[in-house]
Amino acid sequence: MNKMPKWADAVLIPLISILLAFFFSGLVIWAIGKDPVVAIKTMVQGAFGSTSGISYTLYYATNFIFTGLAVAVAYHARLFNIGGEGQAMLGGLGVTLVCLAIPWPHWTLALPAAMIGGALFGAGWAFIPAWLQAKRGSHIVITTIMFNYIGAALLGYLLTKVLKVKGSMLTESARFPEGAHLPNFSEIFAPIGINFSPNAPANMAFFVALLCTFAFWILIWKTRLGYEIRAYGQSETAAKYAGIAPARIVIIAMLISGALAGLMAINNVMGEAERLIDNAVEGAGFIGIAVALMGRNHPIGILLASILFGFLYQGGAELSFWESIPRELVVVIQALVIMFTGALDNMVRMPLEKLFVALNRKKEA
Amino acid sequence: MDYLTIIQILDSSVRLATPLLLTCLAGLFSERAGVVDIGLEGKLLAAAFLSGAVAAVTGSIWVGLLAGVAGSLAFSMLHGLASITFKGDQLISGVALNFLAAGLTVVIGQSWFKLGGRTPSLSGDGRFEPWNLPFSDALAKIPVIGPAYDELISGHTALTYVALAAVPLSWWVLYRSRFGLRLRAVGENPGAVDTAGISVVRLRYMALVIAGVLCGLAGTYLASLAAGFVKDMSAGRGYIALAALIFAKWRPWYALSATLLFGLLEAIGNRYQSIALGDFTIPVQFMQALPYILTVIILAGFVGKAIPPRAGGQPYVKER
Amino acid sequence: MSVQTDTGRQATAAPTASAAPAIELRGISKAFGPVQANKDISISVAKGSIHGIIGENGAGKSTLMSILYGFYKADAGHILINGQEVHIADSQEAISAGIGMVFQHFKLVENFTVLENVILGAEDGGLLKPSLAKARKLLKQLSDEYELSVDPDALIEDLSVGHQQRVEILKALYRQADILILDEPTGVLTPAEADHLFRILKGLKEQGKTIILITHKLREIMEITDTVSVMRRGEMTATVKTHETSPEQLAELMVGRKVLLRVDKKPATPGKPVVEVENLRVIDEQGVERLKGISLEVREGEILGICGVAGNGQTELLEVLGGYVNGTGTVRMNGEEIDLSGKHSNGQTRRARGIAHVPEDRHDEGLILEFQAWENMVFGYHHAPEYQKNALLMDNAGIKAMTQASMDKFDVRPPNPKLEAKSFSGGNQQKIVLAREIERNPDLLLVGQPTRGVDIGAIEFIHQQIVALRDEGKAILLVSVELDEILSLSDRIVVMFDGQIMGERLPAETNEGELGLMMAGITDTNTNGEKAQ
Repeated sequence: MNKMPKWADAVLIPLISILLAFFFSGLVIWAIGKDPVVAIKTMVQGAFGSTSGISYTLYYATNFIFTGLAVAVAYHARLFNIGGEGQAMLGGLGVTLVCLAIPWPHWTLALPAAMIGGALFGAGWAFIPAWLQAKRGSHIVITTIMFNYIGAALLGYLLTKVLKVKGSMLTESARFPEGAHLPNFSEIFAPIGINFSPNAPANMAFFVALLCTFAFWILIWKTRLGYEIRAYGQSETAAKYAGIAPARIVIIAMLISGALAGLMAINNVMGEAERLIDNAVEGAGFIGIAVALMGRNHPIGILLASILFGFLYQGGAELSFWESIPRELVVVIQALVIMFTGALDNMVRMPLEKLFVALNRKKEA
Repeated sequence: MDYLTIIQILDSSVRLATPLLLTCLAGLFSERAGVVDIGLEGKLLAAAFLSGAVAAVTGSIWVGLLAGVAGSLAFSMLHGLASITFKGDQLISGVALNFLAAGLTVVIGQSWFKLGGRTPSLSGDGRFEPWNLPFSDALAKIPVIGPAYDELISGHTALTYVALAAVPLSWWVLYRSRFGLRLRAVGENPGAVDTAGISVVRLRYMALVIAGVLCGLAGTYLASLAAGFVKDMSAGRGYIALAALIFAKWRPWYALSATLLFGLLEAIGNRYQSIALGDFTIPVQFMQALPYILTVIILAGFVGKAIPPRAGGQPYVKER
Repeated sequence: MSVQTDTGRQATAAPTASAAPAIELRGISKAFGPVQANKDISISVAKGSIHGIIGENGAGKSTLMSILYGFYKADAGHILINGQEVHIADSQEAISAGIGMVFQHFKLVENFTVLENVILGAEDGGLLKPSLAKARKLLKQLSDEYELSVDPDALIEDLSVGHQQRVEILKALYRQADILILDEPTGVLTPAEADHLFRILKGLKEQGKTIILITHKLREIMEITDTVSVMRRGEMTATVKTHETSPEQLAELMVGRKVLLRVDKKPATPGKPVVEVENLRVIDEQGVERLKGISLEVREGEILGICGVAGNGQTELLEVLGGYVNGTGTVRMNGEEIDLSGKHSNGQTRRARGIAHVPEDRHDEGLILEFQAWENMVFGYHHAPEYQKNALLMDNAGIKAMTQASMDKFDVRPPNPKLEAKSFSGGNQQKIVLAREIERNPDLLLVGQPTRGVDIGAIEFIHQQIVALRDEGKAILLVSVELDEILSLSDRIVVMFDGQIMGERLPAETNEGELGLMMAGITDTNTNGEKAQ
């Protein structure tokens, strides 16, 4: 007795929601006196028009895959983790500490170690809000937001007082050793005859992100833990009945979530900057929310949404350069995507449901 | 620490608590009606921007105030559309509004003033004037009471007194008026309100209107205090107000004390950028993070357990 | 938005209209998407009478009443009050038309006082004080008149369910309702409270009020109504005078075929004890002691029925035995003590010990409504080795095949493992839960409210399954608020009140009257049941 076919629910509704978000974004561009069509052309050109552009797009997309998966895994347990930003910041700290710890001989050794460092620190930063939610009932939305602020303060302190290179004016850590350098797309693809711009940032981390996407799918739909996470997310009372300990699921789901957010650092810190800089996350933790909502917390959806936001981010940079539209336009688009796909879902759904019921009636008649 | 320093710190506590108090009361009305409002931050920011921008253009903070309230109201109504009319997720809607404000204020501000997201500085009538209460000059010379009256009680801007007056007023509305009874009922059990023949939707929208207006005042206060709008100037105050609301157990008088506490904390942090304890100096970043850390501690419930309105966060769907 | 003192309505009720029915529905139809909830329904209820509406779950009773109360707009049809057509677009208009409704789940604000609840929506002005004063006076009058005494200053959450229901009735009377609709009013009441309610209703009837009683309990219909309408699958199948019909006939009209009202079963042949409970105590999160030292045992091949009014500790008894609420005391399963502290145990370790549990609330506990049937079919057993493919992955394909077999065996319709649980009817959902728990071949089956919200056809099937399990020599602990069910299924009956056992009876040697008194906490001196422990 479904009111709507499955494909409409899975594809049509998100698609319409995104189009609505883009329409209103276009209105904003128009309202500040710019031409939306020119803006889109600039963005497409900037994001896909060159190997450098593609590389940037995929570099940003890599960030968003990690943070999007992070939000999604928590969301399957009905936990709204807004702390991806802070967890990714701390992940950066973990990656930095690992990379600077020893003079790494080769990236194949440095990468797994850095992944562990980033994941541990990210998970660690998610642990306290998770524990407070599980044991004290503190609202995880507010505590994770607070931990973003606290994380920023902590990193600010470490960068100015502890990690800063003596004598340097810059609030950043020392450069990572040569052996911790991750191959970028130009180095990876040159042997098979594809030439990527050597200065563009997409790197090995992209493939780690793809791997995580696959692992996410296995975890959520094929394992007992995933089963328990989803069960808890749907009904806490039922989970208790089935012998699933709520506190355990809350903490584990948040640890995985924080770890995924922390893993982002192998892309932006290790793969791109090769040192820890101030505000390295650049809001990617928040974009993860939009990506997860838009991708319906499904790995394929998250992958596609990440690439879309990678495009927006890179295109947005081009916009600010060529059209002097501030990069915060991406934040506006992100907000509209969250609003339409997350909160105004019913606005699209209700008329569509009516439409399908009417169509079915006609068919029967 | 001498007496005057204490008075000065308390005075700036009141100054800093004012926007928190207004925002906290905004959240109180909204959440008492069963609408969780994590978008307070966004409303605050939107109002600060619009009031700052309009005050800069017109040269009058009062016109700015109208614009700020209007902007905050628009955000509030959007929240209502998503969470009341379309029964969407209130948390997600709030988060979206916060990002929307963060993005729009810069995008519009930049294209309007070309100052990198700032608005031009406000001066003269572009800011609220402090109100000197009667006899403050005369009484200032009396020891102990004099400075307290002159510095602490007198000399704030109109909105501070509005915020303080809003506390008893909110109490009276909530507990002594028909509207308050219905508002509290709709946050506890909307089904009871609906079957009594009162529109749940209307009541909740009215609560959001009040919340919008109060956030508008708070945002305007911020813009006036800082003499203009700066990117992200709300700096998490919306969230801190929410934490204060929980701390205050959704009650007006407690809200006053909770926000004063946060104000005091910020005031101390501002005055003592680094505090030396023997050989160890507390870093400035720690003082900046202190309100957020305190919020977490309060949320952890180590300071008394609060029961939120029972229907909070859930859209009202009629049962069959 | 104050209450209307509708003089117009009073006028239409005057002599000329006295012959007109108090309420008349003509050709009411309502569809929810593809589901036709009400089809061309017409009834007419005489002024000053009690009219019963009976029907199975999902027959459309509640939808019909919701239309009458302005919750839904009918797709077609007319409503006439005292012979005059009215349009009821919302609850406010229903109230103005003189209709009062007592919902199954009370619409009361728990942390408000009785007085505040009564005036909510019917205040006299912007200020509360005068409204409260007026209501206090009127409440006193009403409670004297109709045996409706309740403390006006008590908080709702401190009142018993029976008193809360009185507040609901007072709310309707305060709004000058002439027509009172009660939706399943006795579900949460003790028999004594139900009797009191019926006395109130009779009193209201004598004052000329019209009452519509919605219920699925045939006994109540026979006891109190003047006329009765039967609904089935959205249609009104018959309207008859109560004294001209019989429970059997009504049951047949409800289901559309002859039904067995008694369960067919052989006498029990109990074996050794499977579970022994001694001095079991449970304290809930609010610090209230819910179980105050319960001792009982259930043996092989017997059904122990626990009866009591909802909220007297039965739920906690099931939950603590099921392993997801902690307690103190001693529980031995097949002679071995089990952990009650929750430190070394949970629902899954209990299942491993041979305890299966059909919970009272299948929507919130027994099933994940958003999960597909196959995912629900291993819920709670998802750690069992036979459902794993390897150390990492679950054997999803195997689980689907197993689900298909179980669905066929338990006659779950439609037998599609990939359908989400929420798209099954109540009876079929319950069959899924039952199949899951019984198919694991437990030594002890805990069953809570096995037939709540289940249609009569499925009730028969479920009862047969429970009896069949008993006949295999398993122990069954049955909790139900339906006395009929307890009396017809149980081999022994234990009555609970206020977290304690009031006594034990054999079904053949007791009756509803005696059990009812015990459920209300009234003990006789002759506690012959206790020694059976």
